Amino acid sequence: MGIEEKVPAGFLLTTVEYLAGYMRMHSVWPATFGLACCAIEMMAVGTPDYDISRFGMERFSATPRQADLMIVAGRVSQKMAPILRQVYDQMPEPKWVISMGVCASSGGMFNNYAIVQGVDHIVPVDIYLPGCPPRPEMLLHAIIALHEQIQNTPVGVNRVAAARAAEAAAMAATPTHQMKGLLA
Amino acid sequence: MTPTVTSEEEPENLPAPPGTSPEPVVMGARQGMFGASDGGDTSGYGGLVAPVLFPAAAVRPYGGYYDEIADHLERALVGGSASYSQAVERVVVDRGEMTIFVARKHLVAVARALRDDPSLRFDMCTGVSGVHYPHDAGRELHAVYHLLSITNGGRRIRLEVSCPDDDRHIPSVVGVYPAGDWHERETWDMFGIQFDGHPALTRILMPDDWPGHPQRKDYPLGGIPVEYKGATIPPPDQRRNYS
Amino acid sequence: MTNQYVPLMFFAAIGLGFAAFSDFVSPFAGPKRYNRAKSDAYECGIEPSPRALGGKVPVKYYLTAMIFIIFDIESVFLYPFAVAFTKLGVFALVEMVLFIVTVFVAYAYVWRRGGLEWD
Repeated sequence: MGIEEKVPAGFLLTTVEYLAGYMRMHSVWPATFGLACCAIEMMAVGTPDYDISRFGMERFSATPRQADLMIVAGRVSQKMAPILRQVYDQMPEPKWVISMGVCASSGGMFNNYAIVQGVDHIVPVDIYLPGCPPRPEMLLHAIIALHEQIQNTPVGVNRVAAARAAEAAAMAATPTHQMKGLLA
Repeated sequence: MTPTVTSEEEPENLPAPPGTSPEPVVMGARQGMFGASDGGDTSGYGGLVAPVLFPAAAVRPYGGYYDEIADHLERALVGGSASYSQAVERVVVDRGEMTIFVARKHLVAVARALRDDPSLRFDMCTGVSGVHYPHDAGRELHAVYHLLSITNGGRRIRLEVSCPDDDRHIPSVVGVYPAGDWHERETWDMFGIQFDGHPALTRILMPDDWPGHPQRKDYPLGGIPVEYKGATIPPPDQRRNYS
Repeated sequence: MTNQYVPLMFFAAIGLGFAAFSDFVSPFAGPKRYNRAKSDAYECGIEPSPRALGGKVPVKYYLTAMIFIIFDIESVFLYPFAVAFTKLGVFALVEMVLFIVTVFVAYAYVWRRGGLEWD
């Protein structure tokens, strides 16, 4: 029954988008999902040297009920995968995911039976952050990029239109194995 | 009798000079230097045959405190369910460390003697590991126990037990060293060795319904090919390896 | 009425109004995206152990609540008695002993039901 879904496109909707994006981007609370070595860098971001508190995000919430952002920091094993999905499902909307480090983004150096090759097999990811581990400054950069993404999120009918446009673009794009890049 | 050495290394850390102890046992041979089979090998190392060597049974004196341990263990096993010569298959002293190969049905008696005897008092079992030797028929799976004696000045010793692949049972030492509970679960999970007498032998590292035992040599690595723009790299165990 | 507490009442009214506004307007203004996991109890990501009352209330807390009632109510009655018992005489003592015995029956019930063991 959301009212925001029903506002017609136009100046009012863009104002609502701007305000909602502004509020949401400045009040993100991350959920602790530090799994392995990248968690140490995530802890370092919480220290005064790198200071995630400048965004108000120093309050990592252990419970997903009060979290907006899940930073998957570290490799996800096959045994951890359903737990990750359950914690993601228990977060209320709006929620975002940063996959921190190469192991969360693509399986990293662990191309084997035990590690899920990329957490995007399990949850939809908004920002992929490579690194092994990424420096705390890189995590801050990823968070800033996420803030920009949150500010520019379309709402309501604009969101439906954006989703349709993204789908059409993906259907028309070259598949990865046919992109030649520098090898052509 | 420690051999005289002219280098500044500790005597126990050098292998014994030839003639004072039996020659190493050849367990198998490794063919070829570079593992890849695609493409020609212009280096010539592809024809190399290298033996895989394991240390042979040590002869007395073992060196350091190992002789004392062997004597005390022999004395402690007298009157028990097995004598020293029945329980201990072989003793290997290599690179300053002693490994006692124990027959599997006397493992619990030997562990209990090692723990309870006052001059042995190996009060801590720091882990149970598994090893898989697929080519050693009759003794494919080994379980290795590392024991530490804190009361007797930090002495360390290793027990090794083997079992064949078609009868994968080893008695559990949980009654003697309760800390081995999860280590034995891990060894079961990774190698398939069933520990008789373990209270709850379930998977601990892999998900509960995982098929197979991943750390065996015949278990595939399970990697997937990696896709880049315009190219695909095969999984690590199918790439060229230089070992 | 230039009462010095009038600004405080305004402040309380604004606070209450904000809370009430957020509480009553958000079901209408916000979208509803239902997910089975959102209504499950949080148990660190695993499926929660099945329980009564929708699964969220661990049953053993009712015993804790019983113990609280027993000791709290008892102490509320014991305090005035302790302060004034020299003036009240034997009659009050007997009455208080009977009261404690009655409460003790409830305590014995909780004790036998395992309310004192926290597992």
